[in-house]
Amino acid sequence: MAYKGHRINPKRFEPSQLKIIIIVLPLVIFMALPIIYIINHAFKPMEELFAFPPTFFVRNATMDNFTSLIKASRTAGIPMSRYVFNSLLVTILSIFLSLLFTTCAAFALSKIKFRAKNTLMNINQAAIMFVATAVLIPRYLVISFGGMIDTYFAHIFPVVAMPVVLFLVKQFVDQVPDSLMEAAYIDGATDFQVYLKIILPMIKPAIATAAIMVFQNVWGNMETSNYFVNDDSMKTLTFYMNTLANANNTVAGQGMAAAAALIMIVPNLVLFILLQKNVMNTMAHSGIK
Amino acid sequence: MAKLKLKKNKIAKRDNNKNGYWFILPYAIVFTIFILIPVLLAVALSFTNFNAVEFPSWVGFLNYITVLTNDEVFMQFVLPNTVVYALIVGVGGYVLSFVLAWALCNLTSTVRTIFALIIYSPSMTVGVAMTVVWKVIFSGDQTGLLNSWLMSIGVITEPIIWLINADYLLPIVIIIGLWSSMGIGFLSLIAGILNIDESLYEAGAIDGVKNRFQEMIYITIPSMKPQMLFAAVMSIVNAFQAGTIFTALTGNPSPGYASQLIVNHIEDYGFLRYEMGYAAALSVVLLLIVQIFSKIANRLFGEKDEY
Repeated sequence: MAYKGHRINPKRFEPSQLKIIIIVLPLVIFMALPIIYIINHAFKPMEELFAFPPTFFVRNATMDNFTSLIKASRTAGIPMSRYVFNSLLVTILSIFLSLLFTTCAAFALSKIKFRAKNTLMNINQAAIMFVATAVLIPRYLVISFGGMIDTYFAHIFPVVAMPVVLFLVKQFVDQVPDSLMEAAYIDGATDFQVYLKIILPMIKPAIATAAIMVFQNVWGNMETSNYFVNDDSMKTLTFYMNTLANANNTVAGQGMAAAAALIMIVPNLVLFILLQKNVMNTMAHSGIK
Repeated sequence: MAKLKLKKNKIAKRDNNKNGYWFILPYAIVFTIFILIPVLLAVALSFTNFNAVEFPSWVGFLNYITVLTNDEVFMQFVLPNTVVYALIVGVGGYVLSFVLAWALCNLTSTVRTIFALIIYSPSMTVGVAMTVVWKVIFSGDQTGLLNSWLMSIGVITEPIIWLINADYLLPIVIIIGLWSSMGIGFLSLIAGILNIDESLYEAGAIDGVKNRFQEMIYITIPSMKPQMLFAAVMSIVNAFQAGTIFTALTGNPSPGYASQLIVNHIEDYGFLRYEMGYAAALSVVLLLIVQIFSKIANRLFGEKDEY
């Protein structure tokens, strides 16, 4: 019998899929283990953290690690709330500015005709391969020359322009039919009105995706706190959590560090689960031609 | 070619709508200050001797000559480590993410979504936050999870000091790298495979495609080259920018330079020894390596007739 060609994205479960599941499942479990472990570890009471042989799953879950985390921050010179505030402020401002700048630029690169357009697009495309850690030093020099050391700007501006995000949003704007915009232009709309009233509502999935990508980039960012900010009270939650993880090598500190890590990771997971449909929708247009 | 493309765009009334510049200006300013100027500055500094205090003094190609001929740590440890890491995490991770994406696309959408979420989630776990997990798993005494497991099944009798023993550092770093490498490129591959027109597979079957493997080579991959390229670029960038998150685990420099990657080497010279001119030269080398790899990816998957 001739091969018929198989079905991608099947609608129903068929026995042939079982083979694939059996092959993939061990790998999926392996990928999930460290995350399952950190969730369990964060809720372990002292005696289970000390337990020998070490346990993987938590038996009597407690919130002890979270309460001692908060207690530890009370004795520190800078309260944890300050780091939470810094992180929230930096994250929100970064996402807002990045989305504003990126959607504007994407609209221009996709829908407006101007002379430098193709050149600018190529520059951005090349910059997708930009490795930020490689230019930490010149970045530091630029930030210090601009007087931004020890300010929130040092956290925010380095992450605002993400070439890969502009690329993805621009690809998505390309899908907005020109006819919609033409109708608006005939009615006398300006470029800005078209951007605000037609483009933005049509590219919501791309905006959601961009927000997630910027969030991931800024929320866990250690570089800005490590290199561009010396004043401890201006550093972010990531930095504080990391000092906990490093300084307390004792078992008690370990539980606290696990709790801290969980607090850092959960927003990422939740945000992605909420917005995953939008992300997949955006990724459909992600190809580089 | 560019002209033709412009003609198709009927939106703006004028050929050169100045508003375009206004819309792109905010992004362009930030891009210039934090990406373009740092790259140019790195190139400029790489020809100087600069200790962050005195004004840089011009030394010509000396830094590059030192990289190639006189930096034993770089040639003996950093470069081989980086190459091995990039091959396994970059290339290997890329192949793995394609195979996984392809496998997931053969499943129903609910199962696929759950699996994809699990596979993707490590890439967003905030590298540094996970340090505590790795420290417990790879802890050097018998309370370490891995040691305890290996000892209970009898593979080893003495605990292994994972994070100090130079033999194990690079493999550990590679495993962690691989674990977190299924990022946005992986999602792009899934979307790419799902987007392929089903009739292509039917046509392929008529034209003599005999099995799933042939189907993958002759239909799936050629029909999703743009996504393959995007994912490849993401893998390359991911593989070469790794390093800083391992500092928390192994220290910098790592014991015996066993897991020293090029990014760590840059950090070492730039921020520990303050030889910023030399660090800049290393940065330029890194950027060039990434460019070369991206060119190769472009050769493989780029569509030259477009654009």
